[in-house]
Amino acid sequence: MKFGIVVFPGTWSDRDCYYSIHNICGQDAVYIWHKDTDLSGCDCIVLPGGFSYGDYLRTGAIARFSPVMDSVADFSKKGRPVIGICNGFQVLCEAHLLPGVLRQNDHLQYRCQWTYLKTVNNTTPFTSKCKKGQVLKIPISHYEGRYYADESVINELEDTGRVAFRYGTPSGEITGEANPNGALNNIAGIVNKQGNVLGMMPHPERSCEDILGSTDGNIIWESLIAGI
Amino acid sequence: MPASKEQLEEIALSRREYNLIVKLLGREPTYVELGLFGSLWSEHCGYKHSKALLKMFPSMGKHVLVKPGEENAGVIDIGDGQVIGFKMESHNHPSYIEPYQGAATGVGGIVRDIFTMGLRPIALMNSLRFGPLSEPHNRYLMSGVVGGIAGYGNCLGIADVGGEIYFDDCYSGNPLVNAFCLGIGKAGCIVKACSYGEGNLVMLVGADTGRDGMHGASGLASRTFEEVRELRSAVQVGNPFMEKLLIEACLELAKTDWIVGMQDCGAAGLTSATVEAADKGGSGMDIEVQKVPRREKGMTPYEVMLSESQERMVIIVKKGCEGKVKALFDRWELHSDIIGRVTSDGMFTIRDNGQVVAHAPVNILNAPPVYRFRPKKPDWLEGLQELDLSKIKDVAPKDAGSTLLKLLAAPNICSKHKVYRQYDHQVGDNTVVLPGSDAAVLRIQETSKAISMVTDGNGRYCYVNPFIGGVIAVAEAARNTACSGARPMAITNCLNFGNPDKNDPYYQLRECIKGMTYACKKLKIPVISGNVSLYNETRGVAIFPTPVVGMVGLIKDVNRHCSSGFKKEGDAVLLLGGPGGDASIGSGEYLELVHGKVSGSQRIDIASEKNLHDCLIKAAGKGLLRSAHDCSDGGLTVTLAESCILGDIGFKGEVKTGGRIDAALFGEAQSRAVVSLDPQSVRRLEELAYRCRVPVTRLGVVHGSRFALKGLIDLPLGELDRAWRNGL
Repeated sequence: MKFGIVVFPGTWSDRDCYYSIHNICGQDAVYIWHKDTDLSGCDCIVLPGGFSYGDYLRTGAIARFSPVMDSVADFSKKGRPVIGICNGFQVLCEAHLLPGVLRQNDHLQYRCQWTYLKTVNNTTPFTSKCKKGQVLKIPISHYEGRYYADESVINELEDTGRVAFRYGTPSGEITGEANPNGALNNIAGIVNKQGNVLGMMPHPERSCEDILGSTDGNIIWESLIAGI
Repeated sequence: MPASKEQLEEIALSRREYNLIVKLLGREPTYVELGLFGSLWSEHCGYKHSKALLKMFPSMGKHVLVKPGEENAGVIDIGDGQVIGFKMESHNHPSYIEPYQGAATGVGGIVRDIFTMGLRPIALMNSLRFGPLSEPHNRYLMSGVVGGIAGYGNCLGIADVGGEIYFDDCYSGNPLVNAFCLGIGKAGCIVKACSYGEGNLVMLVGADTGRDGMHGASGLASRTFEEVRELRSAVQVGNPFMEKLLIEACLELAKTDWIVGMQDCGAAGLTSATVEAADKGGSGMDIEVQKVPRREKGMTPYEVMLSESQERMVIIVKKGCEGKVKALFDRWELHSDIIGRVTSDGMFTIRDNGQVVAHAPVNILNAPPVYRFRPKKPDWLEGLQELDLSKIKDVAPKDAGSTLLKLLAAPNICSKHKVYRQYDHQVGDNTVVLPGSDAAVLRIQETSKAISMVTDGNGRYCYVNPFIGGVIAVAEAARNTACSGARPMAITNCLNFGNPDKNDPYYQLRECIKGMTYACKKLKIPVISGNVSLYNETRGVAIFPTPVVGMVGLIKDVNRHCSSGFKKEGDAVLLLGGPGGDASIGSGEYLELVHGKVSGSQRIDIASEKNLHDCLIKAAGKGLLRSAHDCSDGGLTVTLAESCILGDIGFKGEVKTGGRIDAALFGEAQSRAVVSLDPQSVRRLEELAYRCRVPVTRLGVVHGSRFALKGLIDLPLGELDRAWRNGL
């Protein structure tokens, strides 16, 4: 399987995504410069984390105008998988490939820490290898990660099973304390209506080896691989 | 016309230095030349007060590839064709005036020092000192500094893996912000900050030049804090996004054969970048200031040459390659402009629209005077080093528990997670031991190796006894390194002291350097880079002399690394190292916190220290240890408690109290570490310790959820945890 990893000016988890996909999971991976528009040959597109365009103006607001984003939109319309991690999630929201926005964390500070994600929907292409309710230990690293959308959107996401992950405790309870940024309903990741576009704030590419503290992130790549 | 008193004051040159310049040039310098001299002969760039002392440091070692002063950072060989380079630098004065931008640009500057050499920056650390947080202004400074480090560093995608923070009254008007950066690359890939080859081109890359940071080197870093309050315009403003683009573009460029050298614009901006590169390559340079892209109108040649606008690089491009270099930077959406060319006349020439405004020999510009003094020992030091124990009330057994809780909650000991959780410490997929342990550990991808890194420096020890304090700064950093299972490889340092024109600060500087040198030689650890920050004083009161050591060690097998927290119920807990005498409470955290005293010299035997490191490294290498934690601030009991808190598991045991209880529990005797291990391995460790000549004491066992020292303390772990976690 071949993953295309998009690189915007200011992206930094491109290298970690490449490492976890290629070195750990043994898949093909290529970097796609944001001005390139040719995604042919790719089975999945990854929008990695970082500070595209320095997060200036608003996170993801400039990157969404990069030439590659039209191709990403076309790619997703064909029902093929697109995953946005952290800044990639923010870009997907700005590009309206996912609903809602990521606001500043409620405590107005950057947070880098382990979080425990409860898998809410294990029927997406990204979570098919998870057990229902499985807790994944995956870290966050962001300043703007508080998922927000108006009530009708939240209700729709909840009613149609489009919340992929929620922040919880290590045992999977959803509590206020386990919410690291004030996201509505502890939302850590969502999918689009078709279920082929995932946005998530936590960094699965960092949970790729025991020596780094967790291998739970690999399950997302493995789910995608299994689906191809 | 000779320069006026006001002119000389603006650039912090003395009349004597001015006269020397006139003598060397054989004429009065032009206005622009005077600005060049002011910056290059400043303490910050020229090290004129410290150079003679810094020569004491040992810098030799089989694995040392780049020594101090040769390039932007020192470089060592870690085997398998890989090299690492690292350096630490201060940004104290700017951070006092404008904490967010001051700290942010401190990070930016040290990162540039690393990637300038063609090394990819993979880790940052910060060593910070503030006044007590009970004062609102200190809280403002700290939150600004931490915000600046986070705001800039996180944007770059470099893991910020550790450091330390200490608080003391003496830092209230003089906070310290020391930033460390480490980069990795392939052997033979190092780009030099060098200019040669007549006709080669001088390119300026990155941000446009503005008036920000004027006189940063001569004005800010070479004056006391008292004088700098109104110098806000001397602080630069950072653009981390631009820096990130520069990192990627310059690392790409470093792989080509299109350039002969690369140098970042740091202190004294374009001036030091160009003159230093020309001096190193033995060339001359001819610069046209009109070619320098600006963000402000009406800038004079003087301002262009001395601006410290951030995120700019000078690149010496081989003639004919300029088109390829420009195309590379264009792709990263970065400006690149040819601003001059390399000459062979050894002269530094600056033109403004063709007209020569400066024309001075490079080797005179870059050769500031070196000052040597013979300071005498301050009278007050003798009294400070003595401690009359009979006047200090010992801890009653019933108060041992409450004293422990008090120490755990003390700002100098408690958890700093509220700070480091704001830094991205995992990006890069390398961080094996996260912040909060004795040393951070990063694995080296695609090898079985890991490196550990730590910063350390106890100003209080150095204040009471500058020589011993200097020894301990190195020894403790090495102990932390050994506790992670790593063999110390090399150090960098940041020497933060007061005004060197005065006897006492100069004496402290000299003694600390002597102490550090002694320890480095005995422990066989070379110094490969460093930085000096002098004039750290306000209203005539200097900070504690604060040398900060940044140490890097190597672990052969990453799976054999060690961290501070206890791991497993039933593990045996041992103390490696001898018992501390009653005097070990001297200049310690307990003595200041409980008795309000800062006095009494610490002691250290460097041979015992070395033995301990050997024992720890061997034990970790054999896989005997489950945890190791060095005994430092707050002594043995705090060390045990921290290992419990970090491991989220209790301890049950005993500490022998022959003499004073406070000394046994909270004394900061050196050369000791607490380890935990499988009970089956205890005999093997004891044998190893015997061979290494390290005393061993069995302290107890990892057990349950209470912290129990027989007859003295019995507290639930949760209570210790709360005190420690909520201290800040």
